[in-house]
Amino acid sequence: MIALLGLALGIVAGLLFEPTVPVGLQPYLPIAVIAALDALFGGLRARLDGIFDDKVFVVSFLSNVVLAALIVFLGDQLGVGSQLSTAVVVVLGIRIFSNAAAIRRHLFKA
Amino acid sequence: MTHVPERPESSARESWSLLLRALRPKASAGQVLVGVLCALLGFALVTQVRHTHASGLSALRQSDLVRLLEETTDRSRELRSRVAELERTRDELASGTNQQQAALEAATARAGTQGILSGRLPAVGPGVRLTLSDPSRVLTASTYVTILTELRNAGAEAVQVDGQRVTAETFFLDGPDGVLVDGVLVQNPTSWHVIGDPHTISQALEIPGGALALVRSQGASSTLTTSEQVEVTATRTVPELRFATPVESG
Repeated sequence: MIALLGLALGIVAGLLFEPTVPVGLQPYLPIAVIAALDALFGGLRARLDGIFDDKVFVVSFLSNVVLAALIVFLGDQLGVGSQLSTAVVVVLGIRIFSNAAAIRRHLFKA
Repeated sequence: MTHVPERPESSARESWSLLLRALRPKASAGQVLVGVLCALLGFALVTQVRHTHASGLSALRQSDLVRLLEETTDRSRELRSRVAELERTRDELASGTNQQQAALEAATARAGTQGILSGRLPAVGPGVRLTLSDPSRVLTASTYVTILTELRNAGAEAVQVDGQRVTAETFFLDGPDGVLVDGVLVQNPTSWHVIGDPHTISQALEIPGGALALVRSQGASSTLTTSEQVEVTATRTVPELRFATPVESG
């Protein structure tokens, strides 16, 4: 409940404040958002599996975000930034899909 | 993580109740932390979405921008060279058209001049009308030749005698009933239409001891009128040349 509230609060805050993305963060924010979404779905699935743990969620969330940003940063330094961010998005997308599929099986048995 | 085996005892109903139970607020530190992270996620999500919608080129990374710039530069260079090429072609075509136009005009003018000189075309212009009245047919072909020579010396450009165009090929012949022009008997009175400088021609014909004096001395009479509008309407066909061909001039 608090998580949902937080999500709604964040969205409202984003709509209200209309923040601009700092130039330095521009390449990393989309990847970070995808990584966080992955963590969110992972957490939801863990909750349905009954193995959810606050600490694990927080750590996986933060590490996912930092790692994704780090990979893209590294790619930028190596000159393969766009390819590597594509790779990260693909991998995270696959994970999100498999987590969503697991959630679906839990809730609908299908 | 990807393939956690489903526990056999969890049914759909249990899962839903699990989800509902999870939604119940439990104000533990961990829950609050999760809420904060979710708020952060929502905030970042909205920010990124707005950013993507708001900015076109500014959202692209530097390498993409450089590539884009290079592509655009290449394309514009290509287009510019194409423009230059097309302009060159256009200029060539235009000058070609002008040259052809000029050549056509020159050829048309030349054709007109030569058509008049060869008797192929009717002509109009200032000149004189000469009427020879010769009821007793005393004038001979040599008199006609004298008149014509005088006309040519005076610069006559087109001459017609009784409907016969007079050119370089014209001949005068003494026939039993009178003078023949190109094989056609002249009428009485005989009318000459001459295009040329009226003043010069009339002076040349009237000169003492000249052509008209010769006519009068032979017993015929002549009437000479100058006009600004003399029409030479008779034409003749130019024969095909069988032997002579023009020499190509360098």
